[in-house]
Amino acid sequence: MSEQTAEVRLRVNGIPYLREIPVRRTLCDVLRMDLELTGTHVGCEHGVCGACTILLDGEPVRSCLLLGVTVDGHDITTVEGLTEDDGRLSPVQQAFVDCHGLQCGFCTPGFLTTISSFIEENPEPTEEEAREAVSGNLCRCTGYQNIVASVLRAAEIARERSSETTEEVSTR
Amino acid sequence: MKPPKFTYHAPRTVEEALQLLAEHSTDAKILAGGQSLLPVMAMRLAAPAHLIDINRLEELSGVEVDEDGVTVQALARHAHVEAHEGVRRRVPILAEALRWVAHPAIRNRGTTVGSLTHADPSAEMPAMLALLGGSVVARSTEGERVLPAEEFFVGPMESALRYDELALAARFPAPPTRSGACFDEIARRHGDYAMCGTGTMVTLNDAGRVESLTMSFVSVGDVPEVYDLSPLVAGAAADEVDLTAVGERAAEMIDPPADLHATADFRRHLATVLARRTTRTALGRARRAASGAQELRDEEQV
Repeated sequence: MSEQTAEVRLRVNGIPYLREIPVRRTLCDVLRMDLELTGTHVGCEHGVCGACTILLDGEPVRSCLLLGVTVDGHDITTVEGLTEDDGRLSPVQQAFVDCHGLQCGFCTPGFLTTISSFIEENPEPTEEEAREAVSGNLCRCTGYQNIVASVLRAAEIARERSSETTEEVSTR
Repeated sequence: MKPPKFTYHAPRTVEEALQLLAEHSTDAKILAGGQSLLPVMAMRLAAPAHLIDINRLEELSGVEVDEDGVTVQALARHAHVEAHEGVRRRVPILAEALRWVAHPAIRNRGTTVGSLTHADPSAEMPAMLALLGGSVVARSTEGERVLPAEEFFVGPMESALRYDELALAARFPAPPTRSGACFDEIARRHGDYAMCGTGTMVTLNDAGRVESLTMSFVSVGDVPEVYDLSPLVAGAAADEVDLTAVGERAAEMIDPPADLHATADFRRHLATVLARRTTRTALGRARRAASGAQELRDEEQV
């Protein structure tokens, strides 16, 4: 049986792409091989480790458990798309730097996308909620303490930045 | 590439999907959320020759709520059902159990109906369908039929769906008035497969005494059975139920398997604890529901 292919249109980090891909290629492989966005890391490839988590229409999902063809026409955000428009690190990225939330960095892209969506939904998480939010992501280096601290710090930075924006607007 | 080769179909209508199913039958699998199917394919435990992707059938993504319960359509994602106001109001135990279904990233994609058709004895949704006395609507080119939970689950990972049938929707009936329900489970890590999970439903009579007590378990049997503990507690005042006896009876009724994650004895112990815990909470909720119903009646009389 020859390899069946299909044409897919994806908008990744705001940029539209059109590619002809094998129908059985998972989204994480499409991102890495066809779009050369290698920030998304592929760990277990069966949905357990969370390293490949991306945002599909703004919601975190496992890109290893999606076929590229299934998400034709959808919006995707990968770790490459998290930085702010002015080039600053996003609150979550900055928090990981501040709190030493990573060591080897392999699992980090999955944590960053997962937490970005989580603090938008829950801008003032408790430590318990922070821990539950990252329960679907495995890290073999940090022991999670610094990652949980990063979640709380990320929420703090996001609140600071949004109050800065409000102040700017109100002083105008 | 992890999944084995298959021919991919992306039907645009339900009729087209049913035609494809009729045509390819035993060689075809439906792809909805894919959160169980794709891992199984990645591990090459399944190699369907045809994959029928229903993700473009947006007319199947709804959740409908009425007085009698909740209807969840084939493409409704767990996260959508869990967050649905109407679901939380009419069948709160369903939303409570959904919080235990894997991790948020999986719930964003996985579908509730898909979880039912997967019929995993370690999954929460089959136990919920059983406990609530729900059903699955199956359609093929031949017609439609409604399968009650007790007929739907045939064995571990096996449902009564025929190869040419698409599970269009699942119906979760609302519990009766003056009732309370609770779901809880114990896993090594939130979101992992439960070592044991328990859903419990209590109904009180007019006098505030226990009328019925039923339970369903996760990870303790091949199919989600509903156990009736009513004879043990019927007639007891809601605040005088012997919870220890309830826990012990629950442990006697089940025959849990032993595996890598927990021995049979440990699972039985967890079932005892969870039966006690969920019954206590369900009783409290039933009492609140009953006093709410009473107030409503009083208001009507005034």
